[in-house]
Amino acid sequence: MAEIKERKKEFKTAVDGIVVERVYSPGSISEGEIDTSLPGEYPFTRNIMPAGYRTRLWTMRQYAGFATVEETNRRYKYLYKQGQTGFSVAFHLPTQMGYDSDHPLALPEIGRVGVAIDSLQDMEDLWSGIPLGEVSTSMTINTTASIILAMYIAAAEKQGVAQSNLMGTVQNDLLKEYVARNTYVFSPEHSMRLTTDICSYCAQNMPKWNSISISGYHMREAGATAIQEAAFSLCNGIAYVQAMIARGMNVDSFAPRFSFFFAAFTNLFEEVAKFRALRRLWAKIMKERFHAKNERSMMLKFHVQTGGCTLAEQQPLNNVVRVTIQALAAILGSCQSLHTNSYDEALALPSEEAVQLALRTQQVLAYESGVADTVDPMGGSYYMEWLTSKIEEGVQKYIATIDKMGGALEAIKKGYIQREIRRSAYNHQRAVDTGEQVVVGVNQYTSEEQTPLELLEIDESVARKQLERLNKLKSRRDSDKVHQLLDKVRQIASSEENIMPVLIEAAKAYATVGEITDALRDVFGEYKEPSVL
Amino acid sequence: MVRKKIRVLIAKPGLDGHDRGAIVVAQGLRDAGMEVIYMGLRLSPEQIAEAAIQEDVDVIGLSCLSGGHLSLFSKTIDSFKERSNKKVVFIGGGIIPKKDIGVLKAAGIAGTFGPGTPINEIISFIKAELEKVSDDKED
Repeated sequence: MAEIKERKKEFKTAVDGIVVERVYSPGSISEGEIDTSLPGEYPFTRNIMPAGYRTRLWTMRQYAGFATVEETNRRYKYLYKQGQTGFSVAFHLPTQMGYDSDHPLALPEIGRVGVAIDSLQDMEDLWSGIPLGEVSTSMTINTTASIILAMYIAAAEKQGVAQSNLMGTVQNDLLKEYVARNTYVFSPEHSMRLTTDICSYCAQNMPKWNSISISGYHMREAGATAIQEAAFSLCNGIAYVQAMIARGMNVDSFAPRFSFFFAAFTNLFEEVAKFRALRRLWAKIMKERFHAKNERSMMLKFHVQTGGCTLAEQQPLNNVVRVTIQALAAILGSCQSLHTNSYDEALALPSEEAVQLALRTQQVLAYESGVADTVDPMGGSYYMEWLTSKIEEGVQKYIATIDKMGGALEAIKKGYIQREIRRSAYNHQRAVDTGEQVVVGVNQYTSEEQTPLELLEIDESVARKQLERLNKLKSRRDSDKVHQLLDKVRQIASSEENIMPVLIEAAKAYATVGEITDALRDVFGEYKEPSVL
Repeated sequence: MVRKKIRVLIAKPGLDGHDRGAIVVAQGLRDAGMEVIYMGLRLSPEQIAEAAIQEDVDVIGLSCLSGGHLSLFSKTIDSFKERSNKKVVFIGGGIIPKKDIGVLKAAGIAGTFGPGTPINEIISFIKAELEKVSDDKED
């Protein structure tokens, strides 16, 4: 037989470097490995729901928040009018790390990467004119998740909405903060206490609220491969389930409200296979390891964001194409909700025009492409089924290694997960630098031409406005009551009682994020990161 | 002439936690034979300036992706200059809008490197800038 010429000696998936064969056929998958489950059937490889997007499209949920609550409230109302079906709040770093806007560390960061929330007053104004009983809200908040959730509950109550009717998610995934993202304040053990306080409070009081969003996304952004992203998030998930069980909770009482958050990069098939493998793996973990009885505990539901670090500063319009492919991967992977990045995000926070195009990308995929018309259209492809199993295998190896180390918490404390991710990040950089990995417009097909873009700017008046708001609030509220409640926060933090009820009380008295976090700092102390390099 | 190893301090001022770029650059410079001190996250301009003096570095690399670069980078330069006369090369990285690059340059950031920069470009830049510094000394 004549030799068939090929472009390269070897073809590999982009991030995990799985060697891909020329063609796949029925013989590529051994008989025992064929997954014939249907959508909505255990182990839910194809979809957690029997009719997928035929029942309901994914939620188009754009992460947004900047400057003061007035500006963000305006953006939210705009997005709502544009057809967005759920909100996703970005908080500025001081709120995420428990500093009020008037703290010296906070000043350069006010209103930059998210909206400034210092107190319930800011939370009330953030949602002014938006009925909290009718929308679903995802909040990217971790260390201060309990405080922010308390403020959200209090703000809803002021609108006349009971907490049992609230729909949404708090990220509340501290373990990944020690690996990537880095907004931890307390030790991993104290963080675990707060995380599980929220999960059990929600299990008992907020039946429509997702109490945690176990996030692979940030680890992926920090450099993890697709397999590492999947493996490390599942290991974190296992650690949270164990911690909840250790508190005496029945697995089926909280697991149905666990949700996940992953990235979608540009290597289309690898990403779709990852999502399929993830669903299968989680279902098996929940059933076999934790003996869940309720099928909803076994269903992996997740939000996807397209890959921030795949966006290039060079020739930024190319990013529109990348985002489209990534969004397609998320949809073919049957995600529950999706954020598409804006093409200008390697340069600045996104402009309104760029945000609109990102949302339009989802709408074109939803209504014009036909990809949402049948469930798991890639299922049954010899290649897709093979790749799904291959990724599953890679993930299982990591889970076994981390199990042996004593679980995710131990693996993080030993720096194992951090080192694995850093190694991948560096390998990726080298592959791009040597040209082994082509990035269009960056290391090939480059041009000197510059596309002028209108970028979003946060002007200096934002900080001034926020400080004025905070000062006014502090002079207006009943500060004796605030101090009494802060004492009560300290007292409950040092006990084993759930922290949530006292935080809701403190929020209602207009205690600030910084004051409440300081009360917790008094009891828990602060965690110092071990040296990483 | 035996040249001593180039000493570099890499640090992240402010609250931003995105450290992938800073760590990859630190590792790349180390592989290129430089002595790299990676200070990590959540540092004040004063802490970075103090460490740079104690470690007697030739280059200070600052990274910020939260948008606080203008104030954080210039404060770090000011803090360093208040404490030392040594001519060091400041470089910056992160999500930095093009129009801020000139502002940073005027403040003393010799080079700003955004996402997609090859490590070699940073290495050559550092070497060229240090040549300039040593030429200045001979004048």
